[in-house]
Amino acid sequence: MTAVPITSSPVVYKPSDYRSDLKPIWCPGCGDFGVLAAIQQALAAIQVNPKDLAVVSGIGCSSRLPGFLQTYGLHTVHGRALPAAIGLKIARPDLTVMAVGGDGDFFSIGLGHLPHAARRDLDLTVVVMDNAIYGLTKGQTSPTSPRGHVTKSTPYGQSAQPLHPLAIVLASGASFVARGFSSQPKQLAELIRAGLEHRGFAFIHVLSPCVTFYDTYKLYKELVYDLPATHDPSDLDAAMHYAVESERLPLGIFYRRPPLEPLPRPTPKPFDTQAYLNRFRA
Amino acid sequence: MIQKEDVVIRVAGESGDGSSATGEMLAQAAARSGLHVFTFRTTPAEIKGGPVMFQVRASNSPVRSMGDAVDVLFAFNREAWDLHQADLAPNAVLLYDPDEFELPVEFAGIAYQVPIGRLAQEAGNRRGKNVVALGVVAALFGLGLNKLEEIVRAKLGKKAELLESNLAALRAGIAYGQQLAKRDPFWMESSGEHDRYVMTGNQAIIAGALHAGVEFFAGYPITPASDIMEGMATILPQIGGGYLQAEDEIAAIMACIGASYGGKRAMTATSGPGLSLMSEGIGYASMTEIPVVIVDAQRGGPSTGLPTKMEQSDLNIALHGGHGDSPRIVLAPASVAECFHLTVWAFNLAEQYQTPVIILSDYSLSFRTETVEPFDLSQYPRVDRLRPTGELAPKQYRRYELTANLISPMVAPGVAYAQYTATGLEHNEFGNPDYTPHNHALMTEKRWGKLAPLQHSRAYVRRFGAERAKVGIICWGTTAGPCRGAVYLASQEDLPVAMLQVQMLSPLPVDAISEFLEQVEIVLVPEVNFQGQFARLLQAELGIKVQSMTKYTGMPFSRLEILRQIHALHGLAEPVLA
Repeated sequence: MTAVPITSSPVVYKPSDYRSDLKPIWCPGCGDFGVLAAIQQALAAIQVNPKDLAVVSGIGCSSRLPGFLQTYGLHTVHGRALPAAIGLKIARPDLTVMAVGGDGDFFSIGLGHLPHAARRDLDLTVVVMDNAIYGLTKGQTSPTSPRGHVTKSTPYGQSAQPLHPLAIVLASGASFVARGFSSQPKQLAELIRAGLEHRGFAFIHVLSPCVTFYDTYKLYKELVYDLPATHDPSDLDAAMHYAVESERLPLGIFYRRPPLEPLPRPTPKPFDTQAYLNRFRA
Repeated sequence: MIQKEDVVIRVAGESGDGSSATGEMLAQAAARSGLHVFTFRTTPAEIKGGPVMFQVRASNSPVRSMGDAVDVLFAFNREAWDLHQADLAPNAVLLYDPDEFELPVEFAGIAYQVPIGRLAQEAGNRRGKNVVALGVVAALFGLGLNKLEEIVRAKLGKKAELLESNLAALRAGIAYGQQLAKRDPFWMESSGEHDRYVMTGNQAIIAGALHAGVEFFAGYPITPASDIMEGMATILPQIGGGYLQAEDEIAAIMACIGASYGGKRAMTATSGPGLSLMSEGIGYASMTEIPVVIVDAQRGGPSTGLPTKMEQSDLNIALHGGHGDSPRIVLAPASVAECFHLTVWAFNLAEQYQTPVIILSDYSLSFRTETVEPFDLSQYPRVDRLRPTGELAPKQYRRYELTANLISPMVAPGVAYAQYTATGLEHNEFGNPDYTPHNHALMTEKRWGKLAPLQHSRAYVRRFGAERAKVGIICWGTTAGPCRGAVYLASQEDLPVAMLQVQMLSPLPVDAISEFLEQVEIVLVPEVNFQGQFARLLQAELGIKVQSMTKYTGMPFSRLEILRQIHALHGLAEPVLA
């Protein structure tokens, strides 16, 4: 790189060092403020240099998050944060790469990418801010909205059932699966930190209510509980049991196993065009 | 009468009966002996069964199209005769297996009985029909006869016992061909050996990308682009590059964008259906000014269309696909050699102008083999994207800085104080969202304006034929091959025809085209699509009226078809080829 900094970096990064000057576009009281704060806490905890971090997102209220961080950001198109993040991580394994966004991005338009990202098990940290509603488009039902959900796009109630995102990623081979709640930022920061420290595909599902179109604060506060201390995160069956629970919403690390070992690959050598072309001589 | 300087040999049969392999080895042997070759093939879209054909055109002069009518047809079965008889030249030769079918009564030309099944059996190689056929064809018509053993050894020599039985079949075929009383005029022998490559279009695209420094490839399987992906899958890990077989084409283009944002040269390859899916991603790359190279090996459309046939019908989507005003560069190679050249250019242009570059190849070019003169690699310097230089102060980096030429320094993550977020939202110089009317106008002009100088470049057209003429052909992509052939045939009749091949379709090199328009009276625009997509583009961009000539059978033009139209425009009688 030719660019040289003129002032030395601070030795210790504070959470505020990861914030940009842009003011979030979120409504006052939005759960995403808590998630942004938790991400800053987690980044400070692992002391990643902001220049070595890239945060990739799709489209939606929550996908605006990269712009509010003083790191590298890639605010892509709707649903496509994961493939962009995967391309970036493969090309630049030296970077810490996060993918962030909402339930519309990850569980509806971009759901097709999620199992494949999970089964590749690259060193990515994914934070999905799930508010069970389309906020940016002003209040349509989402794939995690409950059955019977009445919105502008489902005036007679949503007839489909909500899907279980954690079960999908568990079934697809994710090596780190957790859930947090934006109103419990300390626990959430810890979960994101653990995800960042995990060297495989880390998926953190965050309950992050929308105050404007589907205020679930009260509901979630009643439903959430911490996974019991007896839960063994290496037990996939137990993790799956909690992942499909819908009467109540468990929080914590559902599942964690060592990431996949890379397969052996050839030792890289510089490319020699002429030597390559010689194989086509008549 | 125009004298022929080439021979066109077509081997046709059923998928799996070895007829394609016969054609391939014949082309290889001819090229090795020093002939110029140009092959053409069709295959069924299914894996097992269905008719196949492999055609070799060979000459001592350079060949740039599949040729005209078929001089020699080797029909492995009756269906092959039925399918290909219409393509035969008036004095064509038929080779057929009398154990498969009887000589069709309607065929009045010279025919040779070649019982390839029986000959293979007698040579102790029941499965060696194709190798017998190879020997017979070479013995009867020349084409690399002295190189056949080498080719068979190289192609079929993996197992010693199989090699021996294949060589026995080959010798049986040669012996049979030599004892036939030759009654036809076709004999094509090389005038000397030359150092040339024998490559397909896809192989040349891979080589071009590697020479241009590709560092990342993501793709999704699709005919006829899959072997570009497979080549990259093999080579990129050997040279430290990144590779991804994505879950779909949307993921493929987005992964390329992610890699390129990370500072690496990225590429994907697809065909029409994949390009449709990539449209949103290409628009995003255009908006965020992220370099990326996309190969579209066109097949017949719309929808799944003709997966194993060629068409030039993706021009519109390449130029205009996606929503909004999204500039991009579109290049179209006409030959295997140009697949190499234009792929190198594509990377350099993508990097220099920080924009998506689409290469429009097509099915016929993807799979055909041509003899190619060795590339002078010193002619292909590598251009890198503009990066920030000097010292950066915190929060001063302007990713979309409005420089004099509107190309802004692009940083890759890892540089301190240059952190920015690339966004598909309209943004200001710092990359921050800004939807104000003034800013949108300014940034739209920036994205288009940085490409504007290319319109005035003379580097992306090729001029052939007469300096001034009544008829001037303007064409693009593989149709340039038969057009050059037609211009050559016309010159043999002392009929001057001018020709301009446009290699860059966007931005359109309007200066070079305008200059050409001064030199001709009638503009003929042949292309393989129904709408006349290029003709419409020329009319819209240059405000002229052109003579559109379209073909939409899934097959390329022959040079005779073009020549016929040239004759018609001159009020001349139909051309006759000797």
